[in-house]
Amino acid sequence: MPEYETFQHDVLVIGSGGAGLRAAIEASAAGVSVGMVCKCLLGKAHTVMAEGGIAAALANVDDRDNWKVHFADTMRGGQYVNQWRMAELHAKEAPDRVRELEAWGAVFDRTKDGRILQRNFGGHKYPRLAHVGDRTGLEMIRTLQDHGVHQGIDVHMEICILALVTDGGRISGAFGYDRERGRFKIFRAKAIILATGGIGKAYKITSNSWDCTGDGHSLAYHAGAELIDMEFIQFHPTGMVWPPSVSGMLVTEGVRGEGGILTNADGKRFMFDFIPDNYKAQTADNEEEGWRYTQGDKNARRPPDLLTRDHVARCIVREIKEGRGTPHGGVYLDISWIKKRIPNAEEHIKRKLPSMYHQFKALGDVDITKEPMEVGPTTHYIMGGVHVNADTQMSDVPGLFAAGECAAGINGANRLGGNSLSDLIVFGKRAGEFAAKFAKENQHGKIDNDKIDVYAREALEPFENSAGENPYSVQRDLQEVMQHNVGIVRDEGEMRSALDHLKTFWERVGRVGVIGNRDFNPGWHTALDLKNLLTVSEAITRAALERKESRGAQFREDYLEKGERFSKVNTMIRKAADGTMEVRLAPLPEMPDYLKQIIEENK
Amino acid sequence: MSPQKQATFRIWRGDRLGGEFRDYTAGVSEGMVVLDAVNHIQATQANDLACRWNCKAGKCGSCSAEINGLPKLMCMTRLSDLPLDQPVTVQPMKAFPAIKDLITDVSWNFRVKKNIKPFKPRSPDAPDGTWRMAQADIDRVQEFRKCIECFLCQDVCHVLRDHQKHEQFTGPRYLIYVAALEMHPLDTEDRIDELRNTQGIGYCNITKCCTKVCPESIQITDNAIIPLKERVVDRFYDPFGWIWRWMKKKSDRQSPNAVKR
Repeated sequence: MPEYETFQHDVLVIGSGGAGLRAAIEASAAGVSVGMVCKCLLGKAHTVMAEGGIAAALANVDDRDNWKVHFADTMRGGQYVNQWRMAELHAKEAPDRVRELEAWGAVFDRTKDGRILQRNFGGHKYPRLAHVGDRTGLEMIRTLQDHGVHQGIDVHMEICILALVTDGGRISGAFGYDRERGRFKIFRAKAIILATGGIGKAYKITSNSWDCTGDGHSLAYHAGAELIDMEFIQFHPTGMVWPPSVSGMLVTEGVRGEGGILTNADGKRFMFDFIPDNYKAQTADNEEEGWRYTQGDKNARRPPDLLTRDHVARCIVREIKEGRGTPHGGVYLDISWIKKRIPNAEEHIKRKLPSMYHQFKALGDVDITKEPMEVGPTTHYIMGGVHVNADTQMSDVPGLFAAGECAAGINGANRLGGNSLSDLIVFGKRAGEFAAKFAKENQHGKIDNDKIDVYAREALEPFENSAGENPYSVQRDLQEVMQHNVGIVRDEGEMRSALDHLKTFWERVGRVGVIGNRDFNPGWHTALDLKNLLTVSEAITRAALERKESRGAQFREDYLEKGERFSKVNTMIRKAADGTMEVRLAPLPEMPDYLKQIIEENK
Repeated sequence: MSPQKQATFRIWRGDRLGGEFRDYTAGVSEGMVVLDAVNHIQATQANDLACRWNCKAGKCGSCSAEINGLPKLMCMTRLSDLPLDQPVTVQPMKAFPAIKDLITDVSWNFRVKKNIKPFKPRSPDAPDGTWRMAQADIDRVQEFRKCIECFLCQDVCHVLRDHQKHEQFTGPRYLIYVAALEMHPLDTEDRIDELRNTQGIGYCNITKCCTKVCPESIQITDNAIIPLKERVVDRFYDPFGWIWRWMKKKSDRQSPNAVKR
């Protein structure tokens, strides 16, 4: 076999967003050697796009808040198919993780008495999101990056991992290439933490960037780990719809948290029309009360514009489908109207939502302080991912851990806004801690050189095929199929047809060709990412077929109601011995009584 | 439907050894930005055209390039703001070594940053380990922390771009980084000596080129560099301050409880 440059770390972290950085910091603090692989440059991962805030029951703005309420909100938002233990740990530990960021230099917006300010967000009973204007993700990643570079972590930038290597069932390393020169690299590690983020690029309209191709989901699956809840994809209700070049770009929920309202072409606030039963008790039934809520009135209930994302996205789709949409096929989101209510509204909007103001002004010629935005749903987040132990974040492959979006369990059928950034730091820390522990207790495994040779040969195949199909065409066709057949509204027939398409896409992947050489060649990189995109697309489709009901983010036209049978199970996906994808329904872990009681008390 | 308008994009293609501009044609639709055109050309005509990008929303600072000679983010440069009757030139940042096409080696920036003394907070203000800060006291720091590390300010700074003083001068990005730390209400570290001695703040002659290209509109020169220069001047060039510190040092030396610094 050819000689490949080989690195050796006790713990290897794959991914450099919030979860990866937090995991690397924690593992390093435990005294093991840590390597971190980033697909892009350090500090550019998709975490920078997070806008609204970090959910943590600090109770700085409303002292009635505590971890129990946060736990109950998270479970209700997830339609009770969350892994209860993850939701519990998350709610309990998020406040400490946020305070830790402040100790590392993060500069959150402040309350009048100088503490960390918190804002309202969909599905959260009290103002709970610590934030910095609407650029909280940037603040988080920069804080972790600037702290992390002084912790002795070896950072490998612009490296893509192609496969995980196992030895007798446990993890022993990873194999990949550097984007700059296209040279293969071997990373030996006692433990590996996947922190690769999401899968948005499987869809045509998405808020995700080019690198959200489900790498961690796919790597784990092919290494033998189980995936859970893959049918649950969050379509964020408010993405930009116009102009075409920015369609899908995120418009933060913070706009509605600050008093923004959704209206249809007739100027009607349609969100008041359909308030789900389990949210009726805590949702305002008139506009006046909703406004008071956004302005901090503790006795007011939240406006329906701030219901959970799955519900709001479906209401928007309904308005558009029934002909009450805007000229460019969205609905209106209006924050400018608050000038009727408060003085200096223009300044207030620019201060609270500076990125949104800038984004619409620069890219859409819309001044959000003066006119409404046009918005529609965009593929934003996957609740499903690698099935991990709630406490340790280890998958069922020994030594393989996962954290952040590529891991799953905390969100159930729908994630609340703000729970992602807190998920990153709570479970990033845990993954780092337990991966370091695993590394201390185990030796390095062996790397199977024959297998590495196979991976390398496969990766180079597109070069032997320069007249082959353009990888970008396959990617585009896949995105079309997933968008139309496995999108917000699903049914059996369309999803079966998607599976047929996926089969042909797998065949086409075998025939793609690339031009040029191995130096920073995006065509080649796209060809290699296709395997991951197809793996997660198939997992999403098969899981969605198996869940014959509508729950949270999964909405099936052929099964409009929630099914009793499905309220007690998660869908699990694993690679069978013959290489096919195996789906099964697994019973939810039994929730202890003290948590059941908390849910009951917060109904 | 009327036929789609076309535009020519003159994109630099090459590697470490050299290269040339090549012309590509792409259709122009409403709202399109330069990055859309580059991505379209990449997907349809030149699969191996290398460029960095991530968020496509002006938040990650990856797609920096020089468009018609001006340092800009490709994702935030609208075609409707450019004269499309002539080719749109797109080339990599000039202040950094070429790697391939629009990609440059920006690793120097990461090395520089690592040499800056990290944040060191004072002891917590409250028994629960938290601090109190007034919003008014952090507004300025928050302005600096908006930085997306696109390195356009580094690219345009003549000290780096024309004089190649990368070893003597850290560039505007890291001066605002130091400013954000120095003006952080909780920070207790002292970085004034390095500002003068290793970070080369004296090289900046406040031409404000950096401020002009900042996509986040950070007032780099006025709000960060000039106040830092004042601190350096106070420390090193103010005779009264100098005498006072000398006296203080002397009295510290004579004090039986002198703490070694």
